[in-house]
Amino acid sequence: MSDALFGIHAKALSLGRARMDVLAANIANADTPKYLAKDVDFAQALKAESSTGSLKATSARHLVTGGSGGSSSAQEVWRTPLQPSADGNTVDVQIEQAQFSEAALKYQASLNFLDGRVRALMTAITGQ
Amino acid sequence: MSTFRIFDIAGSALAAQSVRLNATASNLANANNVAGSADAVYQAREPVFEVMTDAAGETAGVRVSDVQTRTTEAQKLYQPGHPLADAEGYVYAPSVNVVEEMVNMISAQRSYQSNVEVFNTVKDLTMRTLTLGK
Repeated sequence: MSDALFGIHAKALSLGRARMDVLAANIANADTPKYLAKDVDFAQALKAESSTGSLKATSARHLVTGGSGGSSSAQEVWRTPLQPSADGNTVDVQIEQAQFSEAALKYQASLNFLDGRVRALMTAITGQ
Repeated sequence: MSTFRIFDIAGSALAAQSVRLNATASNLANANNVAGSADAVYQAREPVFEVMTDAAGETAGVRVSDVQTRTTEAQKLYQPGHPLADAEGYVYAPSVNVVEEMVNMISAQRSYQSNVEVFNTVKDLTMRTLTLGK
């Protein structure tokens, strides 16, 4: 039901959130020795989420898998550092900030789509 | 996944960076604090950062695992007129490198700013998510 209404954006939101978690952890650990920067392969994660995310519950005793838990750990990849640092840290703050801005923007885009959808539905329901 | 985990992550970084700023402030404040013997001299503080992982093994921010004192030797200054001077006329100054401390301070400040930025962005996005469809 919700898939038909909101399409891919509900999943994109939770995955975007998970990706921002990872990027925020990178920025937080920008000065931590030996920390290896991570990122989420968003396209892969979204694909996995869309194809296998929602299993059909054909019996009342089946566990319902929401598929939008934002578990992105399977799609986590290490970032290739542009320049090595003496303490083994691979965080490049500029790159992380750029990626974070991009992730935030995409999140906002998904929010806008959802917002429009909700408004359209409200118009349909109230008929005004 | 907690919806508000990202606030913990950015918050932990803010706390860690402020510890670093505190250590820098302490080092700078004591840069000229001379003592009468090499043992009594102020030792520069240096926080050690460590990745913080949650129960699921996922990265959950950063914490200060230890505040170490630097073991570099105190500077020996010949000042026979100084009230704290030892029998040979020497006083001991901490080996705080002011330039190094300033660089450390700027680095901590920038990191702090980055994390505040993350915090604000996520706060705005969360507020927008909460008011979805209104």
